[in-house]
Amino acid sequence: MALSTQSTTGHGQAAAPRRTDRGVIGAAAIVVFGTAGYFVFPDNLALLTHIISTMLLVLAIDLVTGYCGVATLGHAALFGAGAYGAGIAAAHFGITEPLTMTLVGVICGSIAGLISGIVVLRAHGLAQLVLSIAVIHLFQEAANKASAWTGGSDGLSGIMPDAVFGRFEFDLFGQTAYVYGVALLLVTFVLLRILVRSPFGMLARGVKEDPVRLAAMGASVQSVMIRMYIISGAVAGLGGALSAISTQVVGLDSLSFTLSAETLVMLVLGGTGSLYGAMVGTVVFMFFEDTVSAANPFHWLTIVGALLIAVVLFAPKGLYGTAAAFFERRSRAGKGRDGA
Amino acid sequence: MNTLFEVSNLKKNFGALAVTNNVSIGMAAGDRLALIGPNGAGKTTFVNLVTGHIKPDSGRVTLSGEDVTGMRPAARVQRGLIRSFQVTRLFPDMTPEEHVALAILQRDGKAGRMSGHYSAKPAVMKEVRETLSILGLIELSHLKVREIAYGQQRLLEIALAMALKPKVLLLDEPAAGVPQLETTRIERALDQLPKDLAILMIDHDMDLVFRFATRVVVLAAGTVIFDGSPQAVTKDQRVREAYLGSYANAGSAA
Ligand SMILES: Nc1ncnc2c1ncn2[C@@H]1O[C@H](COP(=O)(O)OP(=O)(O)OP(=O)(O)O)[C@@H](O)[C@H]1O
Ligand SMILES: [Mg+2]
Repeated sequence: MALSTQSTTGHGQAAAPRRTDRGVIGAAAIVVFGTAGYFVFPDNLALLTHIISTMLLVLAIDLVTGYCGVATLGHAALFGAGAYGAGIAAAHFGITEPLTMTLVGVICGSIAGLISGIVVLRAHGLAQLVLSIAVIHLFQEAANKASAWTGGSDGLSGIMPDAVFGRFEFDLFGQTAYVYGVALLLVTFVLLRILVRSPFGMLARGVKEDPVRLAAMGASVQSVMIRMYIISGAVAGLGGALSAISTQVVGLDSLSFTLSAETLVMLVLGGTGSLYGAMVGTVVFMFFEDTVSAANPFHWLTIVGALLIAVVLFAPKGLYGTAAAFFERRSRAGKGRDGA
Repeated sequence: MNTLFEVSNLKKNFGALAVTNNVSIGMAAGDRLALIGPNGAGKTTFVNLVTGHIKPDSGRVTLSGEDVTGMRPAARVQRGLIRSFQVTRLFPDMTPEEHVALAILQRDGKAGRMSGHYSAKPAVMKEVRETLSILGLIELSHLKVREIAYGQQRLLEIALAMALKPKVLLLDEPAAGVPQLETTRIERALDQLPKDLAILMIDHDMDLVFRFATRVVVLAAGTVIFDGSPQAVTKDQRVREAYLGSYANAGSAA
């Protein structure tokens, strides 16, 4: 990192190192908020774990939508594949070791990512959106029909994960599940942070910003997008596995259009094209949803709708994106004055 | 003559309009060819056909003896057929440094790597800085492309083409939109490229064309009407007719 700062001039001096710092800050924030959540909301750990598993799905959507520019309303297919994968492994095959269940979820998510990527990436724009909706309905219908394996509309139950590392039992208060979730989130964040800064991450941004230019550099646009879909599937599948392990049931709603659409809304709320935007959007949306629906069970959807309209109209880059742009402008203005 | 790049009998119609009408052009290593012609003559379309951005109705494109006619644009680029765009195509939210670094990594087959940052690679950074310096863009290394002037975006197009280490380079009006003073940077950049590379340049600036080219091809209404030396082109009767009214300076520039 030091290299880029030594011999470049002007604006460059602050740009490169600040990004690394932000990665460390992000990891630290997950640890701090994760710990705080444990002590501040000890009775709501199940909700917090639910937020983390959803956050993994929102991060997965961000990888294809925010970074590669793919329009999708069917991404819960990848999440549901992970949830059913982990759940079926436990309920039908006796694979109850939680890390193995998680791994099964990740693999199933990646495969679902590959399959839906192949379908969705055939088209562009509106047609792409329609294909993604078709995919989620097909996945859900398949899960519904295969009720011998999935429990159909009754849901899949009988998922009894062992203790983590043979020591930490999944308790009634959801403490173990929560800590496990925070740990998975932390590891995922660090890996994704490395990914989006890597050359491959730049290729992905190139796909979104101008695929023709990217091809003129010799890169295969289609191959970048398919690889990103598989990675996205792994992340969404991880979220699904966490959901299966922590709630010990998997329902058809984990493969639903509603979940796909809601998580896309969370991403837009927080801001696309940034890992922080995805995480902030999920937390704000789900806390808001939880508080408002408790306070006003009849009109909470209206209020969520109003919030979303406000964000889209007044902060089109999302909550995080708008705040980040604001601070960037301010720091630049400050630097300009120093120079003068 | 050792042919590096050969286009034979290329044809393309847009509806009833024959935009590229049986065009054949061969280039050897070291060629400096200017492709000129009035507006709408089909010059950009020719480049698009050659690079695979548009499919020809018929004809063949070969590169180092290999038929690349059916290949995707990216596959041709990997074989050394590089172009620049008449209307700049860049990534608006990326910096010039990121653009050039990505081009270098892609050229070296390392752009698929999922970890590490280019700024930690001294060899990449060195080449990025050299390339940006040649085009006078080093001061702008860390600004987003959307924040820099169009003329400088044009120069970045050239920087990318250079970074990709072409065997055959097709430049579509590289100087268009570049302030007069800065066009010397383009010429200097082209001078620094290896001599054995074949360059085809489209431009309307006749002074630039005559300084650059050792051979001129004139395209009019999709047809090659002249292929010869820069000295001969201004004396050619058909070229004069094609340009009549369009370029009063076609004759006077020599
Ligand atoms: N996609 C397209 N569909 C239909 N017609 C097209 C298309 N692209 C180009 N044309 C037409 O083909 C002709 C040649 O266009 P082209 O852009 O190749 O010309 P050019 O020689 O590059 O001109 P200029 O000097 O203005 O850049 C023009 O008449 C143009 O209107
Ligand atoms: Mg043109």
